[in-house]
Amino acid sequence: MTKPPRWLSFLLSCFGDPNTLEEVQGDLLELYAYWVKTVGERKARWRYGWSVLKLLRPLARRKKDDSINHFLSPAMLRNYLKIAFRNLTRNKAYSFINIGGLAVGMAVAMLIGLWVYDELSFDKTVPNYARIAKPMLHQTVDGMTTTSEWVPIPLSTALKNDYGSDFSRVILAHSSGEQILAHGTSQFTKRGSYVEPGFTEMLSLPMQRGIRSGLNDPASILLSASVADALFGKTDPINQIVKVNNKVAVKVAGVYDDFSTNSEFRDMAYLLPWAQFVADQEWVKRSEDNWSVNAFQLFVEMAPNTNLDQVSAKIESVKARHAKDEAKYNPRAFLHPMSRWHLYSEWENGIPVRGRIQFVWLFGIIGGFVLLLACINFMNLSTARSEKRAKEVGIRKAVGSVRSQLVSQFFGESFLVVFFAFALALLLVQLTLPAFNEIADKTMGILWDNPLFWAIGIGFSLITGLVAGSYPAFYLSGFQPVKVLKGTFRVGRFASLPRKVLVVMQFTVSVTLIIGTIIVFRQIQYAKNRPLGFDRNGMVTVRMNTPDLMTNYPIIHTELLQTGAVQHVAESNNTTSGVYSSDSRLDWKGRDPNRPVDFNVVTCTHDFGKTVGWQIKEGRDFSRAFSTDSVGLIMNESAIKYMGLKKPIGERVKWGEEMYTIIGVVKDLVTDSPFEPVKQTVFRLNYTWTNFITIRLNPQLSAREALDKIEPVFRKYNPGGPFDYKFMSDEYDQKFRAEERIGKLATLFAILAIFISCLGLFGLASFMAEQRTKEIGVRKVLGASVLNLWGLLSKDFVFLVLIGFGIATPIAYYSLSDWLRHYQYRTDISWWIFAASGIGALAITLLTVSFQSIKAALMNPVKSLRSE
Amino acid sequence: MKRAFLGEFEEVVLLTVAVLDESAYGVTITQEIEQKTGRAVGFSTVHTTLQRLEEKGYLSSKMSGATAERGGRRKRFFTVTTAGRKALMEVKNIREQLWDALPPQTLQLMGG
Repeated sequence: MTKPPRWLSFLLSCFGDPNTLEEVQGDLLELYAYWVKTVGERKARWRYGWSVLKLLRPLARRKKDDSINHFLSPAMLRNYLKIAFRNLTRNKAYSFINIGGLAVGMAVAMLIGLWVYDELSFDKTVPNYARIAKPMLHQTVDGMTTTSEWVPIPLSTALKNDYGSDFSRVILAHSSGEQILAHGTSQFTKRGSYVEPGFTEMLSLPMQRGIRSGLNDPASILLSASVADALFGKTDPINQIVKVNNKVAVKVAGVYDDFSTNSEFRDMAYLLPWAQFVADQEWVKRSEDNWSVNAFQLFVEMAPNTNLDQVSAKIESVKARHAKDEAKYNPRAFLHPMSRWHLYSEWENGIPVRGRIQFVWLFGIIGGFVLLLACINFMNLSTARSEKRAKEVGIRKAVGSVRSQLVSQFFGESFLVVFFAFALALLLVQLTLPAFNEIADKTMGILWDNPLFWAIGIGFSLITGLVAGSYPAFYLSGFQPVKVLKGTFRVGRFASLPRKVLVVMQFTVSVTLIIGTIIVFRQIQYAKNRPLGFDRNGMVTVRMNTPDLMTNYPIIHTELLQTGAVQHVAESNNTTSGVYSSDSRLDWKGRDPNRPVDFNVVTCTHDFGKTVGWQIKEGRDFSRAFSTDSVGLIMNESAIKYMGLKKPIGERVKWGEEMYTIIGVVKDLVTDSPFEPVKQTVFRLNYTWTNFITIRLNPQLSAREALDKIEPVFRKYNPGGPFDYKFMSDEYDQKFRAEERIGKLATLFAILAIFISCLGLFGLASFMAEQRTKEIGVRKVLGASVLNLWGLLSKDFVFLVLIGFGIATPIAYYSLSDWLRHYQYRTDISWWIFAASGIGALAITLLTVSFQSIKAALMNPVKSLRSE
Repeated sequence: MKRAFLGEFEEVVLLTVAVLDESAYGVTITQEIEQKTGRAVGFSTVHTTLQRLEEKGYLSSKMSGATAERGGRRKRFFTVTTAGRKALMEVKNIREQLWDALPPQTLQLMGG
């Protein structure tokens, strides 16, 4: 029998009046057959088409159907809920895996999301952050371009004079470092800044007391609320006197809200006027017209109606024009906008590179992946379990369920579970946030009142619910009840393919994270095991920040030694935890005139070497027995290599206008980053250029006992300052903070990713085992051993994990060699790391799967076969 | 009560439904009218008329009787309601009154 034209029928089904569509379609089919018989096919087609055209009702709406009312009836809703909860409680382990896994994934994603949000909102609390910028300089020395925010003071004047109309404010600033603030008996060591008075207006600093213009008086200070509270407690701090470094007395002119923790200025506990800095520090006064002292920070606020990028291009040549001597370094000025300070502040050879934003991306991607893993699990398990409900679908259909009812039932269930997980995730985040803040060095909270947070959270839950629920909703609800109930229903051969792909993906991510974690930790360990060239244990440094400490040093020195708690005491300009002085005026025989000269400089007293415990390689240490040692130098190994000296001892070095002699060579001291090569360093005697006292504690006493004996000496001779000391070992550990933070976070995420993957695997394995119950029963009856069955059930998963491992290896290798390239002193990526993570992943997989497969293999075949 | 208006074609369709009794649905109605009146009736016309009559309350319908030749779709069977019967009777009465009022010679001329 011929059929009427397809496209016409399709047209009708699309645009016919939905209320009468069924009978019209039927009637027309019947009539078509009749017409074919009576008037021939050609005419029949014609008539059919004509009728269809006349019946098109493109705008017709379906009238309210009775079945909708059934669906929304409270009785049915109650039934759906009841069935949903029964399904959840009947299989507690499965429900736990499903909801728990998703909740953990969501919680991780939320934590990372909060972290990313915090990073992105950095420096955005200042109202006009978009118009604030930092002038910075690119300078090229020896083909290498360095980029620095440290600029000379005259740049400020030049910007004001030459480009006055582009800037509404140009403000100089300089960190004061740690200084002692004292009022009466309360003393604190805090970091602050010297700034020009307009600084407060530029940042719209929220004042609690006093006025923003307070810094116009050179003898004033603005305190942050927390410092004011610590110093004055309940008394009104305004107009009280504070002594800075026991030297300068200033009057409190105002108290401002502490800078928020996600601000560039978060360490600024107080603000001192720039005028005071100039008056107080001789070198600053000298630097006022000196274009070569790049040691100050500059902030500008753009004038209205100016374009930051255009102005940035305009000021490029400002330094080269004004400072002819500096022009050889090709100094190029530019503006670095406040919105980019935090995330985009790294340059390589004058070109902006990734900077901190790469961590935002990295963690964002990891978070996305963990969430993806959790979702994959959820979908996997949901669809796997839903096949068990085919019978329910059959019965529901037989009893009279419409397909739309089943669709909404399964979606409803899916949403219910997802929102359950969402609530659980919120709880988890709330509980783990303090610990996470600790690791990530943040003060974040859940953004309860942020609509964006809720929109993303709920939107995401909806999507997950939709995707996870779509399989049962659309696939299962389409079953023919007769087939399902008869038991002839079979899933297709490829039904499990997507599930396998998902498992492979999970293990790719997990194995990558495992490898990453191992390498990050090996890198940290590698740097930690690096020979330091000095003994960092039992060494304490004290900053000499008051005049008393400077003048009383000789007597402090003797009295410290008399306490017996101290082996050696020395002074120096820098400590072994960081050398920040350098000099380029050195000259020696055989110097390559084209190579720039740059040495780290440590000035110290005779006992410095003994105190830090350096190792003399050649020559000798400074000695009081030789008066000529005042013009003697000690160099480190790198310096000798750098100078190209074969026999360094006795070699003459011209330093400025004076002649020195090398008397000794020491093994390299790792004073700066433990990941970088040691810089050439020169040590020289100097009893006036000193900033720190270094103390070697007596190893026979505990650190506490020793410090108790030392403290009275400092109290006695330095009454104006607190006894602030730092352990060198702590300072050294500080240098690993950033790396350790990455390491900790990577571990955390790796563990979670593995956990989530295993949950998924566990669920899938149990499902597989259950599906193959009968097969296992038959195999057992025919004589299969437990080992056989275990192999049979585990084989599939092992195979998937191996594929995952194969994909993960190159990904991990490339991304991690990229990461390691940042470090000069780095560990290698050896093959055993990959082997170990592969074996580890395999072991975890086998453990997870074996639990299920052995359970299934041990089952009594009588039980599994009886049910039919 | 306002007298229900029944169009000519509506009357034919309504009558056909009454004639077909239990088995009146789209196809049979169309075929019946075609055979009885000898004129080709569009299915769509019949369909819309049926819809209109149902809206007016002269017909009621229910779905049943799916067959394979209809692609498993059900038929919509129509029955005449009381209001429908009344309307038919009314039309018939008017016609009869008119016929009765016809002068005998005219009737003869028409060949009756």
